[in-house]
Amino acid sequence: MGKRKQYGLAFFSILVFLFLAVPLFIIAATAFGEASTIRFPIKGFTLKWFAAIFASRSFMSSLRLSFALALYATALALLVGIPAAYALSKTQFRRNAFLRSFFLSPTFVPGIVVGYALFQFLVIKLRMPVFAGLLTGHFLVVLPYIIRVVGASLEQFDFSIEEVAWSLGCDKGQAFVKVVLPNIASGIVAAFMLAFINSFNNIPVSMFLTGPGVSTLPTTLMTYIEYSYDPSVSAISVLLMLTTIVLMFIVEKTLGIGTLAK
Amino acid sequence: MRKSLYFLLIAPGVLLLAVFLFYPLVVILMPTFQERGLSLGRYFAFFSDAYYLKILARTIRIASIATLVCMIFGVPTAYFISRRGKRMKSFLMAVSIFPLLTNSVVRAFAWINILGRNGVVNTLLLKWNLIDEPITLLYTDFSVLIGTIYLFLPLMLITLVGSMDNIEEDVTEAAESLGASRLLAFLKIVLPLSLPGILVGGTLVFTGAITAYTTPNLLGGNKNMLLATLIYQRAMSLSDWTGAGVIAFVMIVMTVAAVKLMQGAAGRLDRR
Repeated sequence: MGKRKQYGLAFFSILVFLFLAVPLFIIAATAFGEASTIRFPIKGFTLKWFAAIFASRSFMSSLRLSFALALYATALALLVGIPAAYALSKTQFRRNAFLRSFFLSPTFVPGIVVGYALFQFLVIKLRMPVFAGLLTGHFLVVLPYIIRVVGASLEQFDFSIEEVAWSLGCDKGQAFVKVVLPNIASGIVAAFMLAFINSFNNIPVSMFLTGPGVSTLPTTLMTYIEYSYDPSVSAISVLLMLTTIVLMFIVEKTLGIGTLAK
Repeated sequence: MRKSLYFLLIAPGVLLLAVFLFYPLVVILMPTFQERGLSLGRYFAFFSDAYYLKILARTIRIASIATLVCMIFGVPTAYFISRRGKRMKSFLMAVSIFPLLTNSVVRAFAWINILGRNGVVNTLLLKWNLIDEPITLLYTDFSVLIGTIYLFLPLMLITLVGSMDNIEEDVTEAAESLGASRLLAFLKIVLPLSLPGILVGGTLVFTGAITAYTTPNLLGGNKNMLLATLIYQRAMSLSDWTGAGVIAFVMIVMTVAAVKLMQGAAGRLDRR
């Protein structure tokens, strides 16, 4: 009798997983249909929508922009975030708890509010160039991931190892680079992955900061969907999903998939 | 660590956040409290405008229902995941995380394909002669709700699996060996023990749902606006900057209130 209850649970869970997976499968299928509007089930089989996106200047330039943005914003956040996380876990000041939540504060403010505030300040007031504005916004979006994930792996680090390096003649900088950094490397990689993906997918901050002709891939896609409805969007979605699968596979093989659940 | 070094290490981050996050927030929020001197007039105006109230009510309604449905879908499924063997579990976790890493535009787009006039649902219903002409599913509160559930269910699952992993299997086995049915063991043991996780997941879903933009924009259209689409419209289409500031503050207060409520409830659980 107990066994039957388990079947019920398994059945329910399978339905939930189908709910999660089927919509994405349908998108993937529609990328190969020949009709010029999206139809499912598809008629015929073609790769022309993939060719279309590679030929589309607006998709390709926004893809390049999103990639560069995610890379620079994450690099900047690592540069600022790792020293801060190090200082916070190395010391026991009472203000550290407050500072930690200060560094995580971009996650508590709704993304769309951050986007609007930056639009007022960076675009209207400072008249910042579009890329610099986007970089600032994305830096704010990804900094909390760095602080949280690198911070968590510093909590695991035994700082007495660093002291041994000092006593063996390393100066503080050398000890940090040769001993601390390699020991938190997996945390840094996980933080990088999370930050990169979240910057790459960001909409609410980007949409306020994009300028004429300069737009990130998600905002370009969103505007495209608002006005037209053809399988090239499905084709882009397929490429994005494939990239995600490859990334997840790499993470699973190196760090374990659980690191992305943080 | 010397104090000077400590300050040197944290200073860049603190400065950047202060200048590029907090100062701009103050700049957009200040004018909303001013109307010939300090005043809450703009907020009274917001909360007495029937149009705004309708959007506020719709936002809260959709976020609440989505939170509830994510709990109902999420709790049994997360329990199922947490009780699998290592390989199966990491596979199912990957399946849950994957949508989370997929762009929200793509996830909203999926439901356009399913719910649209020529979408999967209408095609099937027409084929089976259940309807004579396509029914309107897209650009309704219903499509926004489905899209929101779809957007946040993975987050709920992952949060719940994290908290259910901490429940020892021995505890439920003990309950069963003492005569409790599986269902009873689940209701009396697993559910209470995972309540903190359910609270955290629920807060994440609720606060995410009241601030999400892509889903209501793509699946709701102009007639079914939520606060997030309203703020964008006030700011970018109508250049009503103080109006957008008022909505921004309302959103911040709602988010903080939801988090505080959750922390209060979690504190109560702890004391028990």
